[in-house]
Amino acid sequence: MTEPVIDKPTASATHDVIGPGHTFGSVTDKISVIVLTQKTPQGWWIGFGLSFLLVMVLFYAITYLLAAGVGIWGVNVPVAWGFAIVNFVWWIGIGHAGTLISAILLLLRQRWRTSINRFAEAMTLFAVACAGIFPLIHLGRPWFFYWLFPYPNPMGIWPQFRSPLVWDVFAVSTYATVSLLFWYIGLIPDLATLRDRARHRFARMAYGILAMGWRGSAIHWHRYETAYLLLAGLATPLVVSVHTIVSFDFAVGIVPGWHSTIFPPYFVAGAIYSGFAMVMTLAIPLRAAYRLQDLITMRHLDNMAKVLLTTGLIVAYGYLMETFFAWYSGNEFEMYMMANRLAGPYAPMYWALLFCNIIVPQVLWFPRLRAHVPLLFIVALIVNIGMWLERYIIVVTSLHRDFLPSSWGMYSGTIWDWATFVGTIGLFLALLFLFIRLLPMISIFEMRELVHTEESERN
Amino acid sequence: MAQIFHPSTNTLSRVTIFGALFLIIGLLWLLAQINRSPYVTDVNVVRAQPVPFSHQHHVSGIGIDCRYCHKSVENSSFAGIPSTSTCMNCHAHIWTNSEMLEPVRESFRTGRPLRWTRVHDLPDFVYFNHSIHVQKGVGCVTCHGRVDLMPLMRQAESLQMEWCLACHRAPARFVRPREHVFQMDWVPSIDQQDLGEELVRKYNIRVEQLTDCSICHR
Ligand code: HEC
Ligand code: HEC
Ligand code: HEC
Ligand code: HEC
Ligand code: HEC
Repeated sequence: MTEPVIDKPTASATHDVIGPGHTFGSVTDKISVIVLTQKTPQGWWIGFGLSFLLVMVLFYAITYLLAAGVGIWGVNVPVAWGFAIVNFVWWIGIGHAGTLISAILLLLRQRWRTSINRFAEAMTLFAVACAGIFPLIHLGRPWFFYWLFPYPNPMGIWPQFRSPLVWDVFAVSTYATVSLLFWYIGLIPDLATLRDRARHRFARMAYGILAMGWRGSAIHWHRYETAYLLLAGLATPLVVSVHTIVSFDFAVGIVPGWHSTIFPPYFVAGAIYSGFAMVMTLAIPLRAAYRLQDLITMRHLDNMAKVLLTTGLIVAYGYLMETFFAWYSGNEFEMYMMANRLAGPYAPMYWALLFCNIIVPQVLWFPRLRAHVPLLFIVALIVNIGMWLERYIIVVTSLHRDFLPSSWGMYSGTIWDWATFVGTIGLFLALLFLFIRLLPMISIFEMRELVHTEESERN
Repeated sequence: MAQIFHPSTNTLSRVTIFGALFLIIGLLWLLAQINRSPYVTDVNVVRAQPVPFSHQHHVSGIGIDCRYCHKSVENSSFAGIPSTSTCMNCHAHIWTNSEMLEPVRESFRTGRPLRWTRVHDLPDFVYFNHSIHVQKGVGCVTCHGRVDLMPLMRQAESLQMEWCLACHRAPARFVRPREHVFQMDWVPSIDQQDLGEELVRKYNIRVEQLTDCSICHR
C-alpha cells in the first residue's frame, strides 16, 4: 500500500465538493497513507530542508538582535515602527483564514469547508506563531516580555489598560489559544484513526497519547460535537476582534493616516483577504503534489477565489475611503499624508500595492479564469505581496512625514530586517512541512461524513 | 489487536492533567516569591566592608547623631558617607591599638579614602532624594529599619518600586513630626492615621502627584 489507493478521474470538471467514487474506506486510506505508509517524497525533503535553512537564518538574526539590540534594524525616529510591526500585522492577518473557515463556515453549514479546514487551521496557528515573534523581539528587552501581562509585579503597577497595545496582548494570545484548541479537538478522532492504523510501535504510542483515549463511542461523539460547536461559537467573535484591535494600535494614535474610523472593518477584510490568499497559495501546490484533486476540488478553489474577490473589493473600498476622507477632512496634515502617499518617495510602493490588491484580483470575475489553476496560484501570490506592501505603506508613510517637517525622515529595512522576515517565512513553511508529514492534512472523519451526506443526497 | 496502553494510563493521564494545573500555579507562585526574596532584593544581606563598622556601638552605644556622619542627609539627595577624618576625631584618641581600626589609620596616613561597599543601591534610572523625605517628616527608621540595633549595616526594606509606591500612595501612614526624623525608637502618641493626615496637610505633601512616573524616573 505505498501508492494512493484510488486514482480515478478527478473532480476537476465537476463542481462537487468531493470526487466521485469515494467510499468511507477510500478517503480514510487516501489521507492516512500520506502520513503512515507512503515513503516520504523527495520533494518533501527538499522543501523541508530549504525552509529549515531559513529557520536557521531566523535564529541567527534573533540571536544577533538579542546580543546587539534593535539598533541593528532600520528603525529610528521618526519611523520607530518598521518591519516588526509590518510583519506582525501581515502574519496575523494571514492567520485569519483558519478560524473563518473553521468557525464561521461551520456555523453557516458550508460543507465545502471540510477538506480545507484542517489545513487552514494549521496554517493559522503557524502564522500566529510567526506573528507573535515580532512584537516580542521588538521590545528592546524581550526577556521582560511578561511585563505585558497584568500580574502582581514588584513594580506595583498594572499595564495601561487604556492602551490598545495591551488589548493586543490579550487578543492575540486568546486567538492563539482558541485556534490551537479548535485545531487539536478537531484532530482527536483522526489521531485515533492514525493510532489504529499505524504499524510502528512508536507511532502508535505517539498518536495514542495524542488521541487521549478516543474510542469513537456515541458518548465520545456527542461530547465531541458539543465541544466543537461551543468552540466554534467562541472563535467566531475572535475572527473580527483580533484584527479590529490590531487596527486600534494605529487608529487610536493621532498620526495622520492612522486616526481613522474605517480602520477596523478595513483591517478585518484585509486580514481575511490575505488569509484566503495564503490558503490558496499553499493548497494549490499541495493538492498537485499529493494528488488530492478529488478531495480539494475545483469547487473549493472556485469558492475561495470568490471570497478573495469579495474581500478584495471591500479592501478596495477601504483604500477609496481613506483617500476620500483625507480630502474631505480638510485637515492639512491628512491631505499632505495622502498626497505624499500618492506622489511622495514611497509612491511606487503605493501604486504597486493598488496593482496587486485591486487590479489583479479583478480577473477572478470570470468563471473561465477562476478555473485556471496556475492563474489562481499567481493571483493569490500577488495578493500576498500586495497585502505586505499595504502594511508597509500604512506604517511607514504615516510616520516618516508627520506634523513637523524638521523631523521628517526616510525608512528602509536593513539586512537584519529582511533576514528576520524571510526567516519567519521559513519557520512557517517548515512547520507546515512537518504538519503535512506527521498529521492528516485533511480531516478524515469529516470527509467520511461528507461521503455519507453526498451519497444520501444523490439517492 | 493488543491494547497499546495499560488501563492504569487512564488514571495516570487524569492525574497529570490536574497535576499540571497545580504545578503551573505553584511555579508561578514560586517565581513571585523569588522575585521578592532577599535573593533578588538583597534585604538583610551583609556586605564585606574594609572596617566592620557597627551602628549599634556608635549610635545606641555612644549616642552619636546620624548627621554627625551622614552630614548632607538634610539638604542633599545624597546622605553622605563620613570621611576618614570624621572617624579619627575619636579614634585618634581611643582604641588606637585596635586591629580592626588599622585600615582607618592607614587611610588617614596615606590620605587614600576608605572604600565602603554600598549596601543600598537603587538602579541609576531611579531618582531618589533624601532631603525632601527628611523635610517632610519621613524617619530614617521607616526606610532603613532599626539602624541603631545593627551590628553590621544591612538593608531593611526591598527598595522595589512597589515599596516606594506603597508610601507615595498614602504617606499619611508613615510621616512623623520633623523633629523625630532621626529618632530610632519614636512611636506616635496618638493614632498614626490622624497624626499623618494632619502632618500631610501641615507639610503640604502633594499626594496626588507623588505617583507620577516622572517623580522618580526623570
Ligand atoms: C559614626 C559615624 C556614623 C553614624 C553616627 C551613623 N552612621 Fe550610618 N554609616 C556610617 C558608615 C561609616 C557607613 C558605611 C559602612 C556601612 O555601610 O556599614 C554607614 C552606612 C549607613 C547606611 C548604609 C549606606 C549604604 O551603603 O547603603 C545607612 C542606611 C546608615 N548608615 C544610616 C544611618 C543612620 C540612620 C544613622 C543614625 C541613626 C547613622 N547611619 C549613623 C557611619 C555612621
Ligand atoms: C564620637 C567618637 C567616635 C567616632 C566619630 C567614631 N567612633 Fe568608632 N568607636 C568609638 C568608641 C567609643 C568605640 C568603642 C565602643 C565600644 O566598644 O563600646 C568605637 C569602636 C569602634 C570600632 C570597634 C573597635 C574594636 O576593636 O572593637 C570600630 C571598628 C570603629 N569604632 C570604627 C569607626 C569608624 C570606621 C568610624 C568613622 C566612620 C568611627 N568608628 C567613628 C567612638 C567613635
Ligand atoms: C524614603 C526612604 C528613606 C529615608 C526616609 C531615608 N533613606 Fe537613606 N536611603 C534610602 C534609599 C532608597 C537609599 C539608596 C539611595 C541610592 O541608591 O541612590 C538610601 C541611602 C542612604 C545612605 C547611603 C548614601 C546614599 O545617600 O546613597 C545613607 C548613608 C542613608 N541612606 C542614610 C539615611 C539617613 C541618615 C536617613 C535619616 C535622616 C535616611 N537615610 C532616610 C531611603 C531612605
Ligand atoms: C515612607 C514613605 C516614603 C517612602 C517609602 C518613599 N517616599 Fe519618596 N516621598 C515621600 C514623601 C512624604 C515625599 C514628599 C512629597 C511632597 O513633598 O509632596 C516624597 C518625595 C519624594 C520625591 C520628591 C518629589 C518631588 O516633588 O520632587 C522623590 C524623588 C521620591 N520621594 C522618591 C522616592 C523613591 C525613589 C522611593 C523608593 C526608593 C521613595 N521615594 C520612598 C515619602 C516616601
Ligand atoms: C516613588 C518612586 C517611583 C515612581 C513614582 C515610579 N517608579 Fe518605577 N521604579 C522605582 C524604583 C525604585 C524602581 C527600581 C526597582 C528595583 O530596582 O527593583 C523602579 C523600576 C521601574 C521599572 C523597572 C525598570 C527595570 O528595568 O527594571 C519600570 C518599568 C518602572 N519603574 C516604571 C514606572 C512607571 C511606568 C511609573 C509611573 C506609573 C513609575 N515607574 C513610577 C520607583 C518609582
